[in-house]
Amino acid sequence: MAGASKAAVVDSRANLPFVYRQYSPEQLREVLHKMYLIRRFEEGAEECYTRGLIHGTMHLSIGQEASAMGICMPLAADDQITSTHRGHGHCIAKGAEVSRMFAEFFGKTTGYCKGRGGSMHIADVAKGNLGANGIVAGGIPIAVGAALSSKMMKTGKVVVSFFGDGANNEGAFHEALNMAAIWKLPVIFVCENNGYGMSTSTARSTAVKNIAERAAAYSMPGVIVNGNIFSEVAEASFKAVERARAGEGPTLIESKTYRHRGHSKSDRNRYRTKEEIEDWMANRDPITLFETELRDFGFIDDQGIQAIRDAVAKEIADGIEFAKASPAPEIATLQNYVYTEQA
Amino acid sequence: MDAALRELSYAQAIQEAMAIAMDMDERVFLMGEDIGVYGGAFQVTGDLVERYGTDRVIDTPISELGGAGVAVGAAVTGMRPIFEFQFSDFATLGMEQIVNQAAKMRFMLGGEVSVPVVMRFPAGSGTGAAAQHSQSLEAWLGHVPGLKVIQPATPHDAKGMLLAAIADPDPVMIFEHKLLYKMKGHVPEGHYTVPIGKAEIRREGRDLTIVATSIMVQKALDAAAALEGEGIDIEVVDLRTIRPIDGQTVIDSVKKTSRLLCVYEAVKTLGIGAEVSAMVAESEAFDYLDAPIVRLGGAETPIPYNPDLEKATVPQVPDIIAAARDLVKGVR
Ligand SMILES: Cc1ncc(C[n+]2csc(CCOP(=O)(O)OP(=O)(O)O)c2C)c(N)n1
Ligand SMILES: [Mg+2]
Repeated sequence: MAGASKAAVVDSRANLPFVYRQYSPEQLREVLHKMYLIRRFEEGAEECYTRGLIHGTMHLSIGQEASAMGICMPLAADDQITSTHRGHGHCIAKGAEVSRMFAEFFGKTTGYCKGRGGSMHIADVAKGNLGANGIVAGGIPIAVGAALSSKMMKTGKVVVSFFGDGANNEGAFHEALNMAAIWKLPVIFVCENNGYGMSTSTARSTAVKNIAERAAAYSMPGVIVNGNIFSEVAEASFKAVERARAGEGPTLIESKTYRHRGHSKSDRNRYRTKEEIEDWMANRDPITLFETELRDFGFIDDQGIQAIRDAVAKEIADGIEFAKASPAPEIATLQNYVYTEQA
Repeated sequence: MDAALRELSYAQAIQEAMAIAMDMDERVFLMGEDIGVYGGAFQVTGDLVERYGTDRVIDTPISELGGAGVAVGAAVTGMRPIFEFQFSDFATLGMEQIVNQAAKMRFMLGGEVSVPVVMRFPAGSGTGAAAQHSQSLEAWLGHVPGLKVIQPATPHDAKGMLLAAIADPDPVMIFEHKLLYKMKGHVPEGHYTVPIGKAEIRREGRDLTIVATSIMVQKALDAAAALEGEGIDIEVVDLRTIRPIDGQTVIDSVKKTSRLLCVYEAVKTLGIGAEVSAMVAESEAFDYLDAPIVRLGGAETPIPYNPDLEKATVPQVPDIIAAARDLVKGVR
């Protein structure tokens, strides 16, 4: 980025949305970089799957990048998250390397789960990502437990639990929110409401209009944000993190968003219209929205955007090469990691 | 096509059974996640919602415990629900209602009620879905008095056993191996039942009895065919029901062959193989045994994602061939 206009940018920030006042231009350009990285990672993974290089299935979060990035923006490096089956974005937002993520998809020993977990169990424990989850709502009580550790061990860590709209109808969701509230734990519940749990719309699955309304039942703030607008998400997350760190207890954030792709690789999209999908893609794409804002506010120019895209393309290509070149696990190691190895 | 030779896939056979049951009995209805317009995660319910409407093909929220309980409650009060768990792994979320309620209600109430609920569980590994979407948990439920637990291995049995389950006054749990859904086979038209609690001899032989369940039946048959050339003559018993288990068919077969190999996908220890082995050891067939009983089951590990590790976790045809050959040749 050309540094010439930086002073002007900073001076004119006062009237801009939250993130433009809170974070430096470098940090915000890095957000755009990460949003592209998430998008291209998933496109790359999808292509590898289509070409038969990856088996199983995967759940793509394309269209939800601002939500993952916005929530993770105010988190410190040692804060923790629990994620979902649609967790690639969360993983990258919390700091994972795409090379090791690709390696996991290719089932290699260099992958984050050493080839044992695949897409649905991607994790990066060193960076505070306690893992995606194959069980809807499975991570929510675990996040509450991590927050309990934080409180008992006085580590000051805040824990974020990501989950989808569908998860709000599992018992685990309700039990977990209640415990977090009665014990005032430093945890933030983030419902990424993309309108559907697989084929079932929230209107058909959920008795309240907004998932955030569930918060009232557990005496915690319930906040609704436009999940496709990075600044809105980051602002809500920032406030919830402050509240959690101050010992005031949990917050439920409902981040309203949309997934562009099908639920998984076997979805025929029979429960929603093409027009609906195209409308979200054309008019509310979170990367387009953020990029446009950044440019309009003078934080980046076309050259800067192109530089980010080129850098991301290279990271993705390198990541796939790394994955392909990495070793597969030996069959003899089949029973590794079932129990903790004793010295 | 000649009606006698009509072929359907395993998934189609189940769908046809559900349609026939709904045609025959107003009380039969379906519940589950994404079984309506989506057609079910494995396209088993398919277009049934278009034919029977959303009152009889009900998409539930993602609420396995509540959903299973609602099915139990409806069954107790006069309806005939068929509840689909999207993956058998999610039985773990419904366990309370299955084990504490459905299985025991009739008993606890001194016979005042019956619980005619059917629950369907897509099970097993081989799809690259990793540790939480690939398990074989049938023995867990097989351990619970009050439940009936079946594992049809062919399209013919899938239809006939499901129709028997729907007619059954007690809770019946059906484990359907996901890799069987595409398997084609002869399926008669119209209503018929295949009895619950009866094993089937799929192949007669003199040298060795292989007792197999679900997808392992076909693998055992493939192994038997391969060993024919070596002059090894294998009998394959498809257990079909694990509770109530058909001990007599197994015992009679072992008395004839004098050797027993149990093959199943679930984790080897504390499973179906242990039960079948003990049953034989406790019976008059024990005196007929010429060799130790052998079990071939899943490795003592969760199902891994890596495809080669995943395959190595469960018995494959070459493993069955090797174990059968060793047994007959007296290597062990
Ligand atoms: C306990 C459980 N039930 C069902 C499923 C199957 N399943 C996986 S994702 C999904 C939909 C989840 O919807 P939502 O929570 O809204 O997340 P999204 O997929 O929209 O991100 C379902 C039904 C599961 N994995 N776990
Ligand atoms: Mg959703």
